[in-house]
Amino acid sequence: MDDVSFEVYAGEIFGMVGPNGAGKTTTIECIEGLRVPDSGGIQVFGLDPRRDGYALRPRIGVQLQEGALQERIKVWEVLDLFSSFYPRSTDWRVLLEQLGLAEKRTAPFDKLSGGQKQRLFIALALVNDPELVFLDELTTGLDPHARRTMWDLVREIRDRGKTVFLTTHFMEEAERLCDRVAILDHGQIVALDSPEDLVRNLGAENRVVFTVEETFNPQQLGELAEVTRVEPIGDRIVVYGRGDRLAADVVNALTSKGIRFRDLRTEQPNLEDVFLTLTGREIRE
Amino acid sequence: MRGLWKLTWTEMKLFLREPMATFFTLGFPLMILFLFGSIWGNKRAKQFGGFGFVDMSVPGYTAVIIASTGLIAVAVSMATYREKGILRRLRATPLRPQTVLGAQVAVFFALTALGMALLIIAGLIVFGLRFGGNPLSVFAGFSLSTLSFFSMGFILAGLMPTARTAQVVAMVLFYPMIFLSGAFIPFDILPKTMRQFAQVLPLTHVVTLLKGLWRGYGWGEHLKEVGVLAGVLVVCVIVSAKTFRWE
Repeated sequence: MDDVSFEVYAGEIFGMVGPNGAGKTTTIECIEGLRVPDSGGIQVFGLDPRRDGYALRPRIGVQLQEGALQERIKVWEVLDLFSSFYPRSTDWRVLLEQLGLAEKRTAPFDKLSGGQKQRLFIALALVNDPELVFLDELTTGLDPHARRTMWDLVREIRDRGKTVFLTTHFMEEAERLCDRVAILDHGQIVALDSPEDLVRNLGAENRVVFTVEETFNPQQLGELAEVTRVEPIGDRIVVYGRGDRLAADVVNALTSKGIRFRDLRTEQPNLEDVFLTLTGREIRE
Repeated sequence: MRGLWKLTWTEMKLFLREPMATFFTLGFPLMILFLFGSIWGNKRAKQFGGFGFVDMSVPGYTAVIIASTGLIAVAVSMATYREKGILRRLRATPLRPQTVLGAQVAVFFALTALGMALLIIAGLIVFGLRFGGNPLSVFAGFSLSTLSFFSMGFILAGLMPTARTAQVVAMVLFYPMIFLSGAFIPFDILPKTMRQFAQVLPLTHVVTLLKGLWRGYGWGEHLKEVGVLAGVLVVCVIVSAKTFRWE
């Protein structure tokens, strides 16, 4: 880690995003107090995670990457057990309901699916009704449906007034879920802002992509006010431009000229493009 | 010490859900007692100081249980918890390390005591077990021996890189000990060199101490055994406190 400094505000979902090996887990574990930084200082609620660990831990909830529990421990036993570690805890029966694990109450840990295990780990992170919840690579290994369910869950956690600190290597996840995002690469923060602002400040163009079935000189679309350039790629045409009316203008122009088109879609720049622009490479290589 | 009771109780249930481990700890010594008890009987004999074969087998097999829970179960359980990241997860809670270790000690101590109780009950019902000592003395000797072996188990767990190696090393230490310590095979029939070698095995001192206390010998006659076991305990606790790792 190299000169990583940031602040997380109460009540937000703060995401740390970057490729594997960027230092996300190292950072989150230093903040949780599980790892000692070589240098630098960390404060959580004004406490030092190393020195004041026992004062801090009742106030935070932790979901570790690659978590594991005893194979034969039952779902209810884990929650009952972890509740007993804290001076204050919520009713874990309610958590089981909220996380959709009520039917799995008596199932042993090793019989749970990947998604169920993750939900159990979230339940454990919430069992002490923490003010701050750490989620490390929450949706890795989950199918797309389970991932979306997980996102809803994380938003609910924030909506209950808690602060969420999460790491992910899915740009889409960071973009959909986080209020603010720190992009981490090779141990450094290369950008930190809300996903919207990161994308907007990139100044990248929107794209309209479609296919035409007849001969057509696409360059005539270049005369439209919001269009910056047009690029034919085989029978597909990519129109670049700025502004909210780009797609509508392109469709109007095509219709008024009587040109038939299909498969038209618009593409907005996203966090993936931000990462690509800042680091010069794709996040997954 | 918040969470200690619940952690201990949960660990106990988890142990009893492992049929192999439960059998090895509790069932196997009973089986051996029935087997050899039915061969040799429990007649009074001079070589046992006026006690019978079964009377001496109960403290002897208790020593085997102590070695198996202490060396194997404690070491493998701690090493497995570390390897799987369970200790790490516990560390992210306000739980103190003493509580985690305390629960392990409590669980395996209770299991070892249960194993001894089963041997005594079986001995009483089937073989008319005789006892010449003071129950409190025997329990004190049992506790010292057990804690001494647990401390060795914790060292193994701390020093071995994986649960697998901890298990292999524990086994390598366990088998010579149970055969040379006099726990299974009467000490007197071993060759002299083996008897001398057996003096370096901590289990030999457990067997001698427990058999002596069982027959009613005083502590004064067992100063060597008490000294060795207490020494092992102190040294191992210090070393394992230094080598303990959460991950």
